[in-house]
This record gives sequence, C-alpha cells and structure tokens, in this order.
Amino acid sequence: MSKKRFTLPNWAAYLINAALFAAFIIGGNAVLSSGALPSFITKVAMLIGIQVIAAVSLNISTGYLGQLPLGHAGFMAVGAYASAIFMTRTGIPAQLAFPLGIVIGAAVAGLFGVLIGIPALRLKGDYLAIITLGFGEIIRVVLLNIDSVLGFKLTNGAAGLQGIPKTTTFVNAWLMVGLTCFLIHTFMKSRHGRAVLSIRENEIAAESCGINITYYKTLAFSLSAAFAGAAGALYAGYLGILNPSNFGFMKSIEILVMVVLGGMGSMAGSIVAAIVLTAAPEALRAFDDYRMIVYSLLLIATMIFKPSGLLGRYDFSMKRIIEKCVNGELFASFRRGRGKGAEEA
Amino acid sequence: MNKLVKEPSYNLIPERDLGKTPILECRRIGIDFGGLSAVDEFTIAIGRTEICGIIGPNGAGKTTIFNLLTNVYRPTRGSILVNGVDTLGMTTDEVNRRGVARTFQNIRLFKDLTVEENVLIGLHNSMNYSVASSMLRLPKYWKQEKEARERVRELLHIFHMENMTAQQAGSLPYGAQRRLEIVRSLATNPGILLLDEPAAGMNPSETAELMETIRKIRDEFHIAIMLIEHDMKLVMGICEGIAVLNYGRIIAKGTPDEIRNNPVVIEAYLGKEDE
Amino acid sequence: MSVFTTIIKQLINGLQSGSIYALVALGYSMVYGIIMLLNFAHGDVIMVGAYIAWMMMARFAANPIIALIAAVIGCTVLGVLIEKAAYKPLRQSPRISLLITAIGVSYFLENVAQLVFGANAHVIPTFIDDTPIQLGQIAIPTTALITVIVAGISMVALNVLVKKTRMGKAMRAVSEDAGAAQLMGININNTISFTFAVGSALAGIGSVLYCCAYPKATPTMGSMLGLKAFVAAVLGGIGSIPGAMAGGFAIGIAEALVSSAGLSEWKDGVVFAILIVVLLVKPTGLMGRPMTEKV
Repeated sequence: MSKKRFTLPNWAAYLINAALFAAFIIGGNAVLSSGALPSFITKVAMLIGIQVIAAVSLNISTGYLGQLPLGHAGFMAVGAYASAIFMTRTGIPAQLAFPLGIVIGAAVAGLFGVLIGIPALRLKGDYLAIITLGFGEIIRVVLLNIDSVLGFKLTNGAAGLQGIPKTTTFVNAWLMVGLTCFLIHTFMKSRHGRAVLSIRENEIAAESCGINITYYKTLAFSLSAAFAGAAGALYAGYLGILNPSNFGFMKSIEILVMVVLGGMGSMAGSIVAAIVLTAAPEALRAFDDYRMIVYSLLLIATMIFKPSGLLGRYDFSMKRIIEKCVNGELFASFRRGRGKGAEEA
Repeated sequence: MNKLVKEPSYNLIPERDLGKTPILECRRIGIDFGGLSAVDEFTIAIGRTEICGIIGPNGAGKTTIFNLLTNVYRPTRGSILVNGVDTLGMTTDEVNRRGVARTFQNIRLFKDLTVEENVLIGLHNSMNYSVASSMLRLPKYWKQEKEARERVRELLHIFHMENMTAQQAGSLPYGAQRRLEIVRSLATNPGILLLDEPAAGMNPSETAELMETIRKIRDEFHIAIMLIEHDMKLVMGICEGIAVLNYGRIIAKGTPDEIRNNPVVIEAYLGKEDE
Repeated sequence: MSVFTTIIKQLINGLQSGSIYALVALGYSMVYGIIMLLNFAHGDVIMVGAYIAWMMMARFAANPIIALIAAVIGCTVLGVLIEKAAYKPLRQSPRISLLITAIGVSYFLENVAQLVFGANAHVIPTFIDDTPIQLGQIAIPTTALITVIVAGISMVALNVLVKKTRMGKAMRAVSEDAGAAQLMGININNTISFTFAVGSALAGIGSVLYCCAYPKATPTMGSMLGLKAFVAAVLGGIGSIPGAMAGGFAIGIAEALVSSAGLSEWKDGVVFAILIVVLLVKPTGLMGRPMTEKV
C-alpha cells in the first residue's frame, strides 16, 4: 500500500460508541414507553439486559481466563440477596437505594469471588468446574436454610424474600450493560487483561514472563463474580421476590451455554447469544411443549457443526469497521462475520 | 562434611566480569525425584556478560537445571543466588522479576495472541498502572501503553520481525516462533537469559544466524546467556564457558578448547574405547 | 430405641442409597476415564430407565425381573445411541463443546420425557414384599438388602469384566492412551461404545433399585441423583472404579447421618462441602491419580 492507512483516533472511537449507545438507550426507551408494543416486551428487554451482564461476566473467567466455573448463578444469588436485603432493610428511598444496592451486590459477590477463588483456583480443568459447582450449590442451600438456623428473618428461605421494590427499568438495566461491557473491555485491553489471557494461553510461559498467576486468576475470577453480582442485583429489582431456587445449578448452566454458544472469549458473541437465547424462548411461547426440545437439539447441532461457537473469538469493533470503510476494505470484515451490540469500543 | 576439602573451583567467569557479583550462582544444588537424584552437586557461577553452555547426553538433567533455576522445581539441596539474592521460596514469576528469563525446549508461545501481544505480556512488569487506571482509561494508562508499544516495535526491529506485529503467534513459521520466544523473554528485562535448545529443528544456515543473534543479544543488552544445546558447532562457536553434565552431575567444566579435548567428555559421548 | 440401633438403621439406609450412587457413579467414572467427558446426560438415562420400569410393571403388569431386564436393555441401547449420535462427531473438538453437547442431550431427554409422560410423577407399584428382616433389635428392610446385594453383584461383575476380559483390557488401554491403543490394533470406536453400554447398563440397574426406594418416575428425577452420583465419582477419584464405589458409599452414608441428626435440609450442602474439602486436600479425589505437567 502506498497510501497511508487511515486510523481513527481513540477519542473519536469512544465518542462514536458513546453516541451510538446513547441513541440505543434513548431510542429503545422511547419505543418501549410509547405503548406501541405489548408491555411484556419491556420485561423481556430488561431480562435480556440482565442475561447479557451475566453472560459477559462469565466470559471473563471462561473465555478470557480459560477456566470452567459451574457456579456462576451462586454469585448472582449473592449479589441479588445482598442488594435486596440492603434495599428492604434500610429506609433509604428506592431511587438512591437501588444504585447503591447494585454496588453493594457487586462488592459482596466480588468478595465471595475472592474467598471461593483462592481455594478453587488451585484446581484445574474439570476439578475446578466441580468445586465451583459445589460452592454454588452450597450458597443455594445456605440461602434456603440460614433463617431456620440463625433464627432471624434474613432470606426467608423457600418462601422467598418478598417486597423488594421493582426498580429495574429498561434504561437502568441497559446502562448497566453498557457500563459492564465498557469496564470489561477496558480491563481486557490493558496489561492486566493481557496477563489474564496469557494464563489461558500457557500458564507456565505466563509465569516465566513474570506474571503472578495466582493474583491474576483470583482477580479475573472475582471480577467475573462482581459483575454477576450486579446482574443479580438487577434481577432482584426485576423480580421483586427472590427464591434460592432461582439460582440453582441449571441457571449456571444456562449462562454457560450462552457463553459457549456465542464463542468463548468473544464479548460480542456472549451478547448475541444472551439476546437470542433469552428472546427466542419468549417468542416461541406458542409452541411451549416443543421449544425446549428444539432448544436442546439446536444446542447439540451447534456444537457438532461449529464447536468454537457462533462467533469464535471474533470481537466487534466499531473503530475497526469505520477504519475499514474509509480504507475501502469493508468486504474483508464482512467475510469474517459481523457482531451486534454497539456498546463496545 | 570434610571441611579440609576445598570448595570445588567453579571459576569460569571471563575476566571482564570478575569484579562484579555473578548474575547467577548455584551452590551445590541437587534435586531428587522419588528417591532418585536427577541433579546433584551442581555448582556454577555465571558472569554478568558471559555466554555459557550446558551440554550432555539426553536425560543428563539439563532441562531440570533450568526448571530449578526458575523455581519450577524446588531444589532438594543447595542454594541458588540471582544477583546475590537467594531465590529460596520465591515463585517462578518472582524469580523472573529478579532477572531470570527463559525459553522452552518445546516452544511455549501465547499462540492465539498476536506477536505484539506476546511481547507486551513480556513487558507486563515494566508498566505499573493499576487496574483502576486501565478500566477508567486514566492518563497513566495511555502514557505507559504508548511507551510499551514503542518498545515492542524496537525489540521486534532488532530481530527483523517488525512486519509480523499483527500476526498470530501460532501461525508464524518455526524459526520466527523461536525468535519471538526470545524477544518475549528479553522484554521482561532480564539479567540472564536461559535458552533451552534454541537451535533444535534448525538447518545449518538458520543455526549460523542464531549464533549471530545470541552474540548480538549479549552485546546490545549486556546480559548473560546460558544455553542448553546439542549442536556442538553452536556451543563451541559462541560459548565462553561450558559445563558438561552426565547423570545429573557436572563431569567437566572449561573453555571450549578444554572441553573438546577432555577424555572424560569424549567417553561420556562416545563410550569407552576398547583396550 | 437406643442410639446404637438408630445409627445402625441410618447406616443401612446409607448403604442402600450409597450403593445406588455407586452404580451410577461408575457410569460417570468409566465414561470420564475413556473420553474425559463429564456425561451430564447420564442422570437422565436413569430417568428413562425408571420410566421403562414403570411402563413394564404398571402398564404391562410384567414381573419385576422382566422389568429390570427391560430397563437395563433400554438404558444400554440409549447410552450407545447417545454416544454414536451426539458424542462421536465431537471426538476431535474442544472438550467444552463435548460438555455442552452432553448438557444438550440431558435437556433433550428431560423434555422428551415431559412431552411423552407429562410433568407429573408416575407412581411405580411396590414390587418387593417389604417385611423387614429382624436381626435381634435391628430391622433390615428387604429393599435395602436386595439393593445392596444386587449392587454388590454388579460391581463384582464389572470388576471381573474390566480386569479379566479382552474387552476390559482394551478399555483400560484406551483410557490410558487412545492413540497408542489404536496402534496396538484396538478398535477405539467399539471400545468407547462398549464403555457407554456398560455404564448405561449399570445405570439401568441403578434406576430399578432407585425405584425400590423411591417409587416415583418424574422427568427431572435424574438431575439431582445424577449430580450426587457424579459428586461421588469425583470424590472417589474420577476414572477409578474402586474410587467410584467408595465415593458412592461415602456420600450415601454421609447423607443418612446428616438426616438422622435432623438436618435433612442441609443434606445437599454437606455433600458438596465434603467434596470441596476432599478436593482441596487431595485434588484428584480419594483414589485418583495425581496430575503432572511436564515442563
């Protein structure tokens, strides 16, 4: 190439992404609140947002760190209960208690991530999967029974924690999606994120490059837990009533399926898969008897025909697409497949 | 232990390095695997800008020594000093931060990452911005990342790899993968570089080029290099000191000329002559 | 009743459920040993076995022995079918894809069962005369005795199969090193299918024994049973046959003891807590081989 290749300055890329994201939030909110669509669509849109956060957060430890935790729902449960107890027990008005609740949910879940991560991350591969599964189930059993042991009403056991203000809206759920994706993206594109990737690629080489693998494994794991906690807090404000059975082993599997189906290590993939796998069952309500059968067959078929997931490790970048447009190389990017969701840089 | 016996002489250090602390010192280290000693009585000192070779038949314990030096294995006996500091109880990454970098016999690159990212991971500890700085994109992040990327370009330029920056490490040709592994270890800013069979799988012209590269590393980075190699031409060509290992013990030490004519070494490699 | 007899009674209960866990755990363990797959669909094979037993006895009024044989054959065929249809195409794929496929198969079986049989439980008629055998002060339920005996015979038979037969040798060789086994002329595909067949047959036996104790068939009955059995396999050291047995009995007895202490809601939590402690002390389970990576 004789001509110098056009590159978009970073500030411009951030600005464009922010503008697109703002347009998405404002436009989405306008459409949903106009009353043109049935009201359950708004609920589905909120749920999708929550699932997206759960999926991209699991993608940190699965796709980037290369481990396979099976207790992600446990961290969501911790975040959900922490924020719900905070919101129902303190007299703070809901407008203020809710954002604080998300922060508290994320912080408590992150702390659990550290506490569970330190022993669990000593194990590898399938053993790590099993031990995290165990921790997830223990969290569920404890939430279920802690009241009967300690004698005070904290989680209200199987009857469910009721009366949580339903504060989750389309706007705050998707603002949280945007924030989560931004923070994960900026974390991953830094020396810390590269350290996490190096552990996935080759632990021994990472160590000999001076990377403290215990530190970075725990960091990535607890970051993943913290964002799951934020998703849990939004889930609490979405449901209004929490029950430990919402966060069983099958919930962890559901999120894992999204990450693997989207392509491990691809944030765009996790987002697309979370959207499709949450929206599709809702759209197929009419075929209630068959939808789970279709779902399971699709799952098997995808793994057989595209084992690396729908998007592989491809990641969507607005900056790259604009640069390619200007440089007249757009076809190359189309051949490699496109991602959805404009919230990443 | 009989105190009357003098410590074995391990003084191979070239004259120019004599005044300074050796970059690496091993004092009678040994390791047992299930009661069998794989390395024993390994004593050596490496000068600050020395190129030193370890040779020996297969299974003599050469790679085990590298694993001991980088604390992948813990020695059963003896002590290792890096820059005069005992590395006992340190983790592999701490040893690296103290100045020991290595490559691997079977290349261990971060295969799915780009060449640039591989080297940037080597530069991990030369940056110090925090997690918060990276997440919030504070000025410190931008400044250090920019410097690091410039350093990557510089390093890759020295090894004629500047046009491969964006390629996936796993897709590089074999020779380039070996070079990239060296660049990555140099990026960690070591005082000594351990090369585990750098010429394995190379043809004679590539090996000749590698010899030049190793000399260049020593001259431009002013560091010590310790290498394990089977290719005698390479070892004899560039090493100033050579240690010969057999059954986990040093059987001979000296300059290339001394080693070449040492009957013990010839016996270890070729077997005893018939009488 | 004295404390002593209570403990004995709980130990008997524990042995009963433990031997069922052990039978199911063997299936997990054998499959893991040979293709390194956590076969999430294994628990659902048991569910299918229970439905077959129900159909034979409630619909066709068959003799319990015939029902047992039908369940075993049904499970074996299903196990081999799953392996051929869903797992074989993925033999070269990353292991996570295989795992997700297993989850897909599990969903599939549960939902097909729900579609065919409905979500409600089907009660299986009692088919064993349940007059307990008195041994001094202790009453041993007949079902417990039969369960332990049948499970014991199955495990001995499995041990003979693995240790003494040609096919057993092939199984051990493939799980050690599939590539090398192939070079020695062992047909890997047949060996893997055979392993699935044996594991599923054991699950079939387990399903009928499970129905002795809890005579209900539901579409999701396999998931918690499967999970516990799986924990048993890991606890004992996944890939190890004696380990799976030991793990199964350990889990069964632990559960019974926790329940007898009046903490039955904490049962699942205790099971997983034991698992976590064992894995942290011995990272590959009680009888698993240590993992090492060569540098």
